[in-house]
Amino acid sequence: MNPTMTKKLLLTLLAWSIALIVFFPIFWMVLTGFKTEGEAVATPPSLFFEPTLAGYHTVMARADYLKFALNSIVISFGSTLLALIVAIPAAYSMAFLPTKRTQGTLLWMLSTKMLPPVGVLMPVYLLFRDMGLLDSQLGLTIIYMLMNLPIVVWMLYTFFKDIPKDILEAGRMDGAGTLQEVFYLLLPLTLPGIASTGLLSVILSWNEAFWSLNLTTSDAAPLTAFIASFSSPEGLFWAKLSAASTLAIAPILIFGWMTQKQMVRGLTFGAVK
Amino acid sequence: MYLKHILPLAGAATLASFAAHAEIITVATVNNNDMIIMQGLTDEFEKAHPDIDLEWVVLEENVLRQRLTTDIATDGGQFDVMTVGTYEVPIWANQDWLVELDDLPESYNEQDLIKPIRDGLSQDGSLYALPFYGESSMMYYRTDLFEKAGIEMSDQPTWDQVQDWASQINDPDSDVYGICLRGKPGWGENMAFISTLVNTFGGRWFDEDWHPEINSPEWKEAVSFYVDLMNKYGPPGATSNGFNENQALFSSGKCGMWVDATSAAGKFYDADESQVADKLGFAPAPIAKTPKGANWLWSWTLAIPTSSDSKDAAKTFITWATSQEYIELVGEKEGWTSVPPGTRESTYENPKYQEAAPFADFVLNAIQTADPTDSTLKPSPYIGVQTVNIPEFQSVGTQVGQMIGAALSGQQSVDAALDQAQRSVERTMRQAGYYD
Repeated sequence: MNPTMTKKLLLTLLAWSIALIVFFPIFWMVLTGFKTEGEAVATPPSLFFEPTLAGYHTVMARADYLKFALNSIVISFGSTLLALIVAIPAAYSMAFLPTKRTQGTLLWMLSTKMLPPVGVLMPVYLLFRDMGLLDSQLGLTIIYMLMNLPIVVWMLYTFFKDIPKDILEAGRMDGAGTLQEVFYLLLPLTLPGIASTGLLSVILSWNEAFWSLNLTTSDAAPLTAFIASFSSPEGLFWAKLSAASTLAIAPILIFGWMTQKQMVRGLTFGAVK
Repeated sequence: MYLKHILPLAGAATLASFAAHAEIITVATVNNNDMIIMQGLTDEFEKAHPDIDLEWVVLEENVLRQRLTTDIATDGGQFDVMTVGTYEVPIWANQDWLVELDDLPESYNEQDLIKPIRDGLSQDGSLYALPFYGESSMMYYRTDLFEKAGIEMSDQPTWDQVQDWASQINDPDSDVYGICLRGKPGWGENMAFISTLVNTFGGRWFDEDWHPEINSPEWKEAVSFYVDLMNKYGPPGATSNGFNENQALFSSGKCGMWVDATSAAGKFYDADESQVADKLGFAPAPIAKTPKGANWLWSWTLAIPTSSDSKDAAKTFITWATSQEYIELVGEKEGWTSVPPGTRESTYENPKYQEAAPFADFVLNAIQTADPTDSTLKPSPYIGVQTVNIPEFQSVGTQVGQMIGAALSGQQSVDAALDQAQRSVERTMRQAGYYD
């Protein structure tokens, strides 16, 4: 075997083993969802067993999965849309009309992510109480929008910066106003970047568990609250919890699968000049 | 003109549809088995009370505690019924966060509630929460291993005996350990057990002026005993074993003895989940120098926050869910080992329960002998057997639990761990203003 072949083979093997390691917990969770509670905690763990839907049955009987799933979808997509609407103009002005404070502003925005959310739980809770936003889809949408805004602005900013100013200038020469410039030139050119930013924001909102548990009760509770109700300090619960988790990640997993092309394109966008 | 007529009509129609709807109450509860059964009986309640609809928020204990504390402390009003533990009830009642339950219907038969449990939920003679299920601690042991070793269980085992027995039945080669005890740090995990051990060794958390006594000779003796016992005859990696892990170990036949919550008993009799159903023995929690405080007292209760908008409907629900009639309903529907234990004398007088649950008398006795107002040999300023009913205890208990966990895993000596714990608790109490 020539050296390049060996190198290729080794790299492929490495890539596969990393992929398998990363995927293993998810695989194990899906598998555990089909076990009985006894098998789920058995040592040594069994790989081959008689699959049962008992876990799924209990989970579906105890909670209204569709209601939670719908809340998750509305809140994560709604907040992403809102974040993009706010972030696109912000990133535009920072990328194309920078001032001497732009870098500072960007860093400051990112620094808000360094605050542990529990530090502002009380004030946010009080604000939400007084505005009647507790346990509402709107409330959670706003919180998630705010939570993801720094990342969305940052990502869009880097994507926008890669667009040569000359292209926008050429548009302006042809008589395009700012809005037209954004809609007809900037957005089409950076669409993969915007798509991957949006996807990331959807996934982050989907997985967020602190605010969703603390600001909702039943009406607006998303899937994170659904999962939380199946972990328990007493008794056996791993099979049920795995079934619930599988149900909770299924929509986003399918969604991610469908859009992986855009995602990879977006994430490597501008990497190779 | 047309719209003018339509709008009020539409408004009236919306209002009417609201009026026709039943009152919705939001119940927040822990996802332990007994509560899941309660949730499953929603239809039964709604059938009997068509004017009330139940909505459930079921969460894991720690998540729920944080959620409820946030809501009640900010007067958020998101819940109409809250599931709270014996530890919170007096603290929350003192803050005027809970509705006083003084005019309960005659049929509720308040006097039937087991006294120590009822006392733990009362302030100045009024109840602030109704007990849903209660527990104490006791010892589980394997009758087959005891027989093989020729050991006779005594009516009231002592910790010295337990150590001796553990040495006889300990057989790590065949994966059987003499004794399993909690080791996972946390005020509700290892400290629940260790507090009772310290009590029976004659120690206390605080002296009468609220100065901690964590590095007193009694604490040192109790904790050294515990660490030594677990190192010699306990399972490996005991610092990660809490209630659940130990329950799994015991039910898979890996422990000779286990001292823990009485509420595990029902599960051990379920042959689907337990391999020890036919070789299970019970005994009271072991004692050392004093029987005081050797077994804990805990109950999960249903309470109504003062911020609720539907207090009457909420009261109807909690009196139903903690009534004799509810217990019978669960017995008929789910089987008598599944009824919520430890709340009413009548449950223990019920022949059907006595037949299904051979451990009933032990549990009742354990609960009745636990006295939160007098749980230490030397007098103490606090109420609680395995807890100290002050808001600081969650943090204090968890700090000390972590340091004892470090001693158990051998990261530091018992003396060093307790000295460090003493300093840390002293600081917390000073900051909280108990003394200068």
